[in-house]
Amino acid sequence: MDAILIAEQALNGLQFGLMLFLLAAGLTLVFGIMDLINLAHGSLYMVGAYLAAAAIAAGASFLVAVLAAIAGTALLGMALEVTLLRRLYQRDHLSQVLATFALILMLNEGVRMIWGEQPLMLNTPASLSGPVELLPGLMYPAYRLLIIGVGLAVAVALYLLVTRTRWGMWVRAGASNRAMTTAMGVPADRLFTAVFGVGAALCALAGSLLGPLLAVQVGMGESILILAFVVIVIGGIGSIRGALVGSLLVGLVDTGSRTLLPAALRQVASPELASTLGPSIAAILIYVLMAAVLFWKPRGLFPARG
Amino acid sequence: MKKPMKKPSKSPAFLPVLTAASCTALLAVPAAHAADKLKVGMLSTLSGAGAGLGVDIRDGFALAVKHNGGKLGGLPVETVVADDQQNPEVAKQSAERLLKRDKVDVMTGIVFSNVMLAVGPGVFAAQVPYVSANAGPSQYAGEQCNPYFFNVAWQNDNLHEAIGKTVMDKGFKKVVVLAPNYPAGKDAVAGFKRYYKGAVADEIYTKLGQLDYAAELAQARAAKPDAMYIFLPGGMGINFIKQFVGAGLSKDITLFGPGFSADEDVIKAVGEPMLGMFNSSHWAHDLDNPANKRFVADFVKEYGRLPSLYASQGYDAAQLIGAAVRDVKGKVEDRPALLKALKAAKFDSVRGPFRFNHNQYPIQDYYLRVITKDAQGRVTNRTLGRIFEQHADAYAPQCKMK
Repeated sequence: MDAILIAEQALNGLQFGLMLFLLAAGLTLVFGIMDLINLAHGSLYMVGAYLAAAAIAAGASFLVAVLAAIAGTALLGMALEVTLLRRLYQRDHLSQVLATFALILMLNEGVRMIWGEQPLMLNTPASLSGPVELLPGLMYPAYRLLIIGVGLAVAVALYLLVTRTRWGMWVRAGASNRAMTTAMGVPADRLFTAVFGVGAALCALAGSLLGPLLAVQVGMGESILILAFVVIVIGGIGSIRGALVGSLLVGLVDTGSRTLLPAALRQVASPELASTLGPSIAAILIYVLMAAVLFWKPRGLFPARG
Repeated sequence: MKKPMKKPSKSPAFLPVLTAASCTALLAVPAAHAADKLKVGMLSTLSGAGAGLGVDIRDGFALAVKHNGGKLGGLPVETVVADDQQNPEVAKQSAERLLKRDKVDVMTGIVFSNVMLAVGPGVFAAQVPYVSANAGPSQYAGEQCNPYFFNVAWQNDNLHEAIGKTVMDKGFKKVVVLAPNYPAGKDAVAGFKRYYKGAVADEIYTKLGQLDYAAELAQARAAKPDAMYIFLPGGMGINFIKQFVGAGLSKDITLFGPGFSADEDVIKAVGEPMLGMFNSSHWAHDLDNPANKRFVADFVKEYGRLPSLYASQGYDAAQLIGAAVRDVKGKVEDRPALLKALKAAKFDSVRGPFRFNHNQYPIQDYYLRVITKDAQGRVTNRTLGRIFEQHADAYAPQCKMK
């Protein structure tokens, strides 16, 4: 187990964690401020990826495609908030789950009708398709470095937005006590729509950046949504800082356990057994982490509500 | 979750009634059903990351039907297409529907071996011949071989055995193998190691359907091999090869794969980075025989893309079924005769000489191909030569069938 392997795996974990953060940030704000469980959050991620793929197919450059996906998905998110989700804030969580689950089905079917059953395969932009030598012997794909860079930049920008601006103050106030915030004259309607738009834009950013690494396909949002929920539970609902720490924890634990565990198990068992046990234990480890956090900190690592 | 569960649980209660009703109908007019048309159940993977494979099988099959004027063996063909979503449970339900409601005469199309193993028992119990246009699990080649199962593609190990021999012959000494953790993945590695006797630096198994290989690539880099062998069908292979090149591994490591990891669907998605990749196949679009020339030319004309080996397998499945139906003169309900005719395999395969072993898996040649640019500048495969001649699978001796 040499240092280069560990460094490379750490970068992989960071890259995965930051992408999870883009999803978890929007989810945690919506959940924390509007008290809305939005299962369709993952579908916005899917829509973002499809919009980027469509823009590239129409001849746009990668950058333009990502921007178009962000704009399109943010508009869709805000439209959904104004027309549908706004009516759900006063309802109980079960109605919210039912309504947003229906939204998943409709968006999946809609995407299927427009783009078909087959997954779309995106290529990384040619200028980023090669590796970069970070340290002697440590090669890392340029595209994944870009993802890490964008993820970090968004994290910083969000932090500044939430801690340094008036809107950010409203958001924090809304997360800690919603009723009092509206009573103090914060324009709740506009704030909620804006938060939802930002959440959708972050989804689209994650979807369009991950498109070339994964496949753009129907249902891609559901699998990642579960991890995003784990992240916000670990981090504390409503907290951006918690979402960041939770994402990085989950990313590092997932990547680390996927390679380090089989390697360790191989010392004591056959490769087949090690590779069967390894991923299953790795998958459980994330939930063990969540359970441990909840045991000692039932409100997550950084609870937003006092 | 409760509501959708209720529906399927209702239908089995009706099924005995339905089957009883249809049985009496059959008894009343035994001859009428026989010769009016041939119903083919095409159950394949048409959505998700494995969709390209199923689509090619379906299209290859449809082209053969078109070549025969909408008929197979003289009977008009009705192909009932169903999507298995690469999910064994979904596939079992769809197969049930094809067998009981649509009453298909023959089935084909399944891509993935885990799906095949889930669907097989139901099909065999219904005494419907299954002509596999891809899935060739070792189980059905060996002890669980079945008179109703025919594989017109290749046994899962075969392409991997061929690559194992190539890697050995080319003198590579340290290889990392990578495969998904499912029946065909295990078959692949077993087949590779049957002929490659050098050192295996690392054996990596991933979740089936995984698309991000960052962690595995780092692991492979740390093992410092001189060659790498991958078994990753469909979208998995596309992503892997892109990420393999993106991580800069292609400079020091020669990549080997079975034919389908380097076929038209993958080439279309990956492009030039694949140049120089060696792969093994029982078929190639440049094989020189009349049936193949017609198939390739018409496939390009019909669908606007070069066929993959999956398409060739779909085409051959239809030709095999057609030949058998022709030889029983359209009496497909005479099962023993139909099975015998299928086993005789009197059709012109696009791969050239083809015959069935006693376990109803192929005995055929395997070729080495390399990805190059052809005369028109297209990135595609070129056949370099034969690896195996008249090669059978290793499981046949365990099959008790004659």
